[in-house]
Amino acid sequence: MLNPDLVGRTFVGTTKTTISSESIASFADALGESETTVAPPTFGITISLEESQTLLQDSGLDWSRVVHGDQRFEIFTPLIAGMQVRCDCTIESARVVAGNEIVTVRADLIVETKNAVSTWSTLVFRA
Amino acid sequence: MTTFIAGQELAPKVFTINRARLVQYANASGDQNPIHQNEEFAKSVGLENVIAHGMFTMGLVGQYISQIAGSSAKVREFSARFTKPVVVPAGIDVQLIVSATVVDVDSDIARLEIVAMCSEVKVLGMAKAVISL
Repeated sequence: MLNPDLVGRTFVGTTKTTISSESIASFADALGESETTVAPPTFGITISLEESQTLLQDSGLDWSRVVHGDQRFEIFTPLIAGMQVRCDCTIESARVVAGNEIVTVRADLIVETKNAVSTWSTLVFRA
Repeated sequence: MTTFIAGQELAPKVFTINRARLVQYANASGDQNPIHQNEEFAKSVGLENVIAHGMFTMGLVGQYISQIAGSSAKVREFSARFTKPVVVPAGIDVQLIVSATVVDVDSDIARLEIVAMCSEVKVLGMAKAVISL
C-alpha cells in the first residue's frame, strides 16, 4: 500500500527528455495522424508514463497489477520537436476501494521554466 | 475556419484496431505491457484476450479531435475514462467508431463530448475535449 505521507508530494524530475522529430513521427504514424510538426495531444504520455511508473514502483506499488482508470490532458503549449522536457510528478490522491488501490498522479511537463502540459493518470492497482 | 454550433453532431470516423497496430503503438509509446501483445499472457491474468492500450484508443480519439480542430496544436484539454476494454483477437480488425457533439461554444473555444464505440459498446466514459477556434 502507498505510504499516505506521499500524497500531495511533488517529485521533481531529475532528467530532461529531448523530444525528437522521429519520436513525434512514429507516435503520430501509430495513430494514423499525418501532422508531425506538432505532437498529437496524447504524446505527453510517452514521457509521463515512465516517470509515474518509476515513482509508484519505488513507492511499493505492484505495476503488474495496474489497470488504467482514466487520463486527462491540459495542453498549455503544444509539444514540438527540440523541446527539452522535465517531468514533475505529484501524487494527488490515493484511496482504497474494495481492496483495490486507486492512485491519481499528475505529471507536469516543464519546458524551460513553463508548464507546457499537465496530465493526470488514475491508476487502479488490483487487489 | 470551421464554424461550430452548440448541439451540432460531428461526422463520425471509423478506426481499425488490430494486433499489428497495437505492436506499432507499443513501440511508438514505450508501453510494452504484454497484455496488449501476448494472448497467452493476457489470458493468464484473467483477460478474455489481448486488449488495446487505453491510451491507444484515446490516441485514436485524439486524432479525430485534432482533425476536427484543424491541428493537434488546437487541442487544449482532453480527458476520458477507460470503462470497457477493447478486446483484439488475433487476425481480426476491430472497428472503433468515434463521434462527437459540440456541447457549447465560447468566444475562442468549443467544448466537445465524444463517444467511442466497439461492437456497439461504449469503451470510453466521460470523454471530453476543449479545442481552440
